[in-house]
Amino acid sequence: MKRIAALILAFSLAPAAAFAASAEKGKAAFIQHGCWQCHGTQGQGSIMTSAGKRLAPNPLPWEAFAGFVRSTNRAMPPFSEKILSDADLADIYAYLQSIPKPPDVSSIPLLK
Amino acid sequence: MARADSRTKLNRRKFLAGVAIAGAAAPQVANAATVAEAPAGAPRRSALRPSAKMAAAETATPVVPMQAAGTPASDFMVDVIKSLDIAYLPCNPAQSFRGLHESLINYGGNRKPEFLTCTHEEASVAMAHGYFKIAGKPLMVLCHGTVGLQHAAMAIYNAWCDRVPVIVMGGTDLDASKRPPGVPTFHSAQDINALVREFTKWDDQPVSLPHFAQSFVRAYKVAMTPPHEPVMLALDCGLQEETVHDRSKLTIPRYVPTAPPQGDMNAVREAARLLANAERPVIIADKCARTAAGVTRLVELAEALQAPVVDRKGRMNFPNTHYLSQTARGRALIGQADVIIGLELSDYWGTVNGYIDNGDNDGAGLQESHIKPDAKLISISSMLLNTKSNYQDFQRFQPVDIEMAGDAEATLPALIEAVKQALPASRKAAIEARGQALKKAFAETRERTRQAASYAWDASPISTARMSMEVYAQIKDFDWSSVGGDRQFSSWPTRLWPMDKHYHHIGGPGGYGIGYNAPAAVGAALANRDAGRFSVNFQPDGDLMFSPGALWTAARHKIPLLSVMHNNRGYHQEVMHVQRMSNRRNRVASLGNDLGPIGTRIENPAIDYAKLASSLGLYSAGPITDPKDLAPALKKAVEAVKAGEPALVDVVTQPR
Repeated sequence: MKRIAALILAFSLAPAAAFAASAEKGKAAFIQHGCWQCHGTQGQGSIMTSAGKRLAPNPLPWEAFAGFVRSTNRAMPPFSEKILSDADLADIYAYLQSIPKPPDVSSIPLLK
Repeated sequence: MARADSRTKLNRRKFLAGVAIAGAAAPQVANAATVAEAPAGAPRRSALRPSAKMAAAETATPVVPMQAAGTPASDFMVDVIKSLDIAYLPCNPAQSFRGLHESLINYGGNRKPEFLTCTHEEASVAMAHGYFKIAGKPLMVLCHGTVGLQHAAMAIYNAWCDRVPVIVMGGTDLDASKRPPGVPTFHSAQDINALVREFTKWDDQPVSLPHFAQSFVRAYKVAMTPPHEPVMLALDCGLQEETVHDRSKLTIPRYVPTAPPQGDMNAVREAARLLANAERPVIIADKCARTAAGVTRLVELAEALQAPVVDRKGRMNFPNTHYLSQTARGRALIGQADVIIGLELSDYWGTVNGYIDNGDNDGAGLQESHIKPDAKLISISSMLLNTKSNYQDFQRFQPVDIEMAGDAEATLPALIEAVKQALPASRKAAIEARGQALKKAFAETRERTRQAASYAWDASPISTARMSMEVYAQIKDFDWSSVGGDRQFSSWPTRLWPMDKHYHHIGGPGGYGIGYNAPAAVGAALANRDAGRFSVNFQPDGDLMFSPGALWTAARHKIPLLSVMHNNRGYHQEVMHVQRMSNRRNRVASLGNDLGPIGTRIENPAIDYAKLASSLGLYSAGPITDPKDLAPALKKAVEAVKAGEPALVDVVTQPR
């Protein structure tokens, strides 16, 4: 029931709130709440941290993203609103949206 | 018991008495010299000048009046040790093996074995650990019987879990009635081996020289018979310092290597039948390939079956350049498999099951099978031949359908032959088609890995993928060897660097005890130095601080090694545990002034590893935070290493 409630809560966050959020504040919140520890400072992820999936660029749709953060039952622990406010979550999403695509892999000599 | 030889003309007690007398006279010697050099006009001292005879007696090296009629017992011990061609002796000096120490350097000439001065016994053992994984030969380590062995214990446990032989010898003074009081007694015990008995394969406490000869050769033999493991010998002070009156009566047993145990042939044939007829066989290797031949044999088995190989990377088992190398797809392949063969798996249960630490199941976490219910499981492992009760390195119990207690590498030739005989002609086309599909999957995986490496390519802190590839660009034209672990930073080298030689990586610590990486890398680099290879080590910051003195040992003994810091400024493995517990309890993880939960970060102040390395005698550079600065810094460090020196480049990195 708690997870369903969390999902409802996540969906109740208006996408507009996310769009109005601050990427700059989101970057700080991304660090403050420890997201970077598994996902890297640019959301690049790692196979080492099993939950450290790549988050950016092109993050999940807001509903899926927020729902997962609030109710995940996998290796990443869920972050309740008490731990991570709706405003901070929206800011984090805005930060992830702001992360640009990496250079084309074929343009990186060391990866050829 | 060990001091029973009353015929000794020069025993340790008399020698100590002589030293004590000489020591008591020493201050007078100093005074005499001072008086002799006093300038004219200096205030006259009240003490009388010593006579010429007294001055000579006190300033000259004390003459030991009791020359032994015979040879030191520890000289014979050196003869025994030399019979086994042990190259090096990583060691922190200690009184409890002073007799053997003296014999090794003065009688043995400090060759085979050569002393490597270590600053901590944990580093000594880890150096031997790393050395073996490159050289395939064990080293011996000397340590103080109680305190030194306690220092060494964690590293011995790592070697135990990693199936690596180390000959550990600990000095102790058995005869309580003759043992010097004070420190030597603190450093002795009835049974020092008890400290490490639970994670050594065999131990002994020789009480005579013939006993020592037998036990040393036996220890070497036991350690070198798969499953390879550390062994322990207690070395009595009294025995070391006895006198041998007739060396011709002492003999050294001949060492003959033991043939490694192979899997039972009936079981081998049944395993081959299952594999040959499988639709989706999977080979999983962990500590399988002990030698270059092991890699070749695993390739031969995989190609015969056109079966994917999932490498758990306990050793360099399989070339990651081969299209049957499918480690990145391991979870999916294991889930689809109808027959799985595990070769020296440290954790079979954990390989075919999943575990998620999410608090479910009354806090025990989510546990789920990853395999099909009717999948057939085969295991070849020497671990069954050496299981003890207390320490849980045997992991969870996993039922399998065919289980062979034997050395996987030694069993591979028979298995390959049996598979070739069992392959039905009717399946030839299907097996070839399987290989073609795996070629395509290999290429796609390779592309995905390159793509994954490109994310955060220009980030600061520097991405671990960028760091890995900048290093590779500097060393790719050498005969290189990666001697540190890479699991902690997304395994980029073993995913992206082309690895096809058995020394291209050496696996991990075994027991995951921190403090292994730095000294093990030095030990492996020593073996690579002798083989003319270039060694590179990605060095975790937390690990280095357990045993930074290993860097000094590298500088002291001219061991060329490029260490590149994976400096994420934290005990990163623990960060998520604290975060997970905080979230589970619905509390905000308290960071203090750090970037991670209190107690998990190495910052405020950040450690300057370049300065640390420099103070220990290494060429160093950093901390580097801009990825554009990496290449020039690495280039200079590589030049230092090519010149025969160790070097360290501190790179401030992303967490993983």
